[in-house]
Amino acid sequence: MNSMQIKIEEATKQGKVGLIPFLPAGFPNREQFWKELEELDNAGAAVIEIGMPFSDPVADGPVVEKASLKCLDDGIDLAWIFDGLRKRKGQFKAALLLMGYLNPVYQYGLDTFAADCEEAGVSGLIVADLPYEESGFVKDALAPHGVSLVPLVGLNTSKERMKMYADGASGFCYFVSVLGTTGQRESLPARIKEKLVEAGEVFDIPIALGFGIKHPDQLTQFAGLMDAAVFGSALILHIQSGKSSAEFMEPWK
Amino acid sequence: MIMKKGYFGDFGGQFIPELLMPPLLELEEAMETILPSEEFQTRFINMLKENVGRPSAITYCPNLSKDLGLDLWLKREDLNHSGAHKINNTLGQGLLAKMMGKDVLLAETGAGMHGVATTVAAAMLDMKALIYMGATDIVRQAPNVGRMKLMGAEIVSVESGTKTLKDAINGALRRWLSDQETTHYCFGTAAGPHPFPTLVREFQQIISREARQQFMDRNDGNLPDMVVACVGGGSNAIGMFHHFIPDASVRLVGVEAAGTGEPGCDNSAPLNIGSDGILHGMKTKLLQTDEGQILPSHSVAPGLDYPGVGPEHAHLHATGRADYVTINDSQAINAFKVLSRREGIIPALESSHAVAYAIENKDKLQGKSVFICLSGRGDKDLGILDQIL
Ligand SMILES: Cc1ncc(COP(=O)(O)O)c(C=O)c1O
Repeated sequence: MNSMQIKIEEATKQGKVGLIPFLPAGFPNREQFWKELEELDNAGAAVIEIGMPFSDPVADGPVVEKASLKCLDDGIDLAWIFDGLRKRKGQFKAALLLMGYLNPVYQYGLDTFAADCEEAGVSGLIVADLPYEESGFVKDALAPHGVSLVPLVGLNTSKERMKMYADGASGFCYFVSVLGTTGQRESLPARIKEKLVEAGEVFDIPIALGFGIKHPDQLTQFAGLMDAAVFGSALILHIQSGKSSAEFMEPWK
Repeated sequence: MIMKKGYFGDFGGQFIPELLMPPLLELEEAMETILPSEEFQTRFINMLKENVGRPSAITYCPNLSKDLGLDLWLKREDLNHSGAHKINNTLGQGLLAKMMGKDVLLAETGAGMHGVATTVAAAMLDMKALIYMGATDIVRQAPNVGRMKLMGAEIVSVESGTKTLKDAINGALRRWLSDQETTHYCFGTAAGPHPFPTLVREFQQIISREARQQFMDRNDGNLPDMVVACVGGGSNAIGMFHHFIPDASVRLVGVEAAGTGEPGCDNSAPLNIGSDGILHGMKTKLLQTDEGQILPSHSVAPGLDYPGVGPEHAHLHATGRADYVTINDSQAINAFKVLSRREGIIPALESSHAVAYAIENKDKLQGKSVFICLSGRGDKDLGILDQIL
């Protein structure tokens, strides 16, 4: 079983929500980034999602875009990410997940990318601009290295399309809570509930809710319908205001 | 050859977030049901005739032909209502969207020509126009911003990234994510995710359908030696090439923008110097770093200022059916002035790149018939020229 699923299920067995913090690689700067990861890991993250910077992040809102473009300016690239992870292999309790857009991964070379993921202890990949129709060659490259391609579905994904994604999926299913880009929101659309029920019927892997999430209070209404929560923009803003990752994680424990 | 859906050889596809797949699938379905319907076809053909003024003329250039020692012909898309080929596409997509039950036409624009043409379509069809435009382009194409506002468009200034066409597309894609229920994304060129490259070509192929016949009517049934068009995303070029593709004797030439022309300068010539990659929903040729980050583009012509190109051009380039060449800013500006002075036709800076190809290569083209797509008129560019001259 993919370690992302194992870690999320460890949390749910204790009656908790699996925590999936997201940070762009190299944020807020090269050195501090690894310290933030360590803090998130110690604070009980089930999976840590690391953003691979891209010049044109169309699925991201302004907070993530600005933060990751700055990392790009600082020279962060895939080689730097894998290098840092290789050095720290085995030090994280959480499973590791890379998130980004197809082009940088494609230029790196899919087979090399998959091999480097395995070597660096990365168990999953999210590609924001890769729908089911185009995903075959990516899955084929990842599979021999035990790396899962995490499916993304949302409020406008039909049950038929969810079934396409569910076929052979491993790790977890990422349920996008809004029709829109990443970024914290005060309230989440009411329709999430019925679609989460549908996703629960279709997927036999854990379901994580992401996009727009900033506080555990937002999630009480979805109790029993989801297994994990992803938070990015809210965590970035928190760190930018000079506060610690550990402090952000506190209300989630 | 059997091709994967939405592919031209190795290029094309639908590299887009899952959340945009439902509206793309809805659009594909409308292309199969609404587009061929008699109601759509009748209304569309009527609009092209009554509102756009089609068929657009072809013009022989007697003075410039003599100067250059070749036969120079122009397909006059600049004479279309709103001044460019863009309206062929926006009226098509606008009517399709209206019949799909959408209320809003969302568009990106670089030169502002596609924004203006989308706004015209929205006004005609009693819809709302929502236009994303890079902050840099808002300044350098001010006349078009004024036109759009007058006709009722809401304009969103895009402040991120390079603040030009690429970033306007990013902004529009993000907006479409959230507004897909009510809004059609009226993509401006034969690029982006499937089905846009095919849909836009469908609406622009009328250029060569008319042009091929008009040319033969004027030339005893003979075809031109060469067909030339500028290539930004590639919509006027694919429209001008389409019906000439089976004519093996006709050389097809797409002109990309070389920027200022110094070695290593920013440019807009992905087919000439780019490499395979994925951006804005398509696999195509891109200007990018080794790490797959998209490079800033540059051209004096805002409508060509884009680091990618439509996938069908990447395919025509790979198979060798079309040749893609470059023209730099100063060559284009020269052509802008030469065509204005010698023929009384002020071309758009984008189209000036195609005209410049004939001027710069006149020695190789002696005695040949060269048929250029004059994709737009140049009134919008006088401000840019004032600054440079
Ligand atoms: C007059 C004119 N020609 C050409 C272009 C380039 O677009 P395309 O390559 O899609 O024809 C533009 C784009 O704005 C334009 O305004």
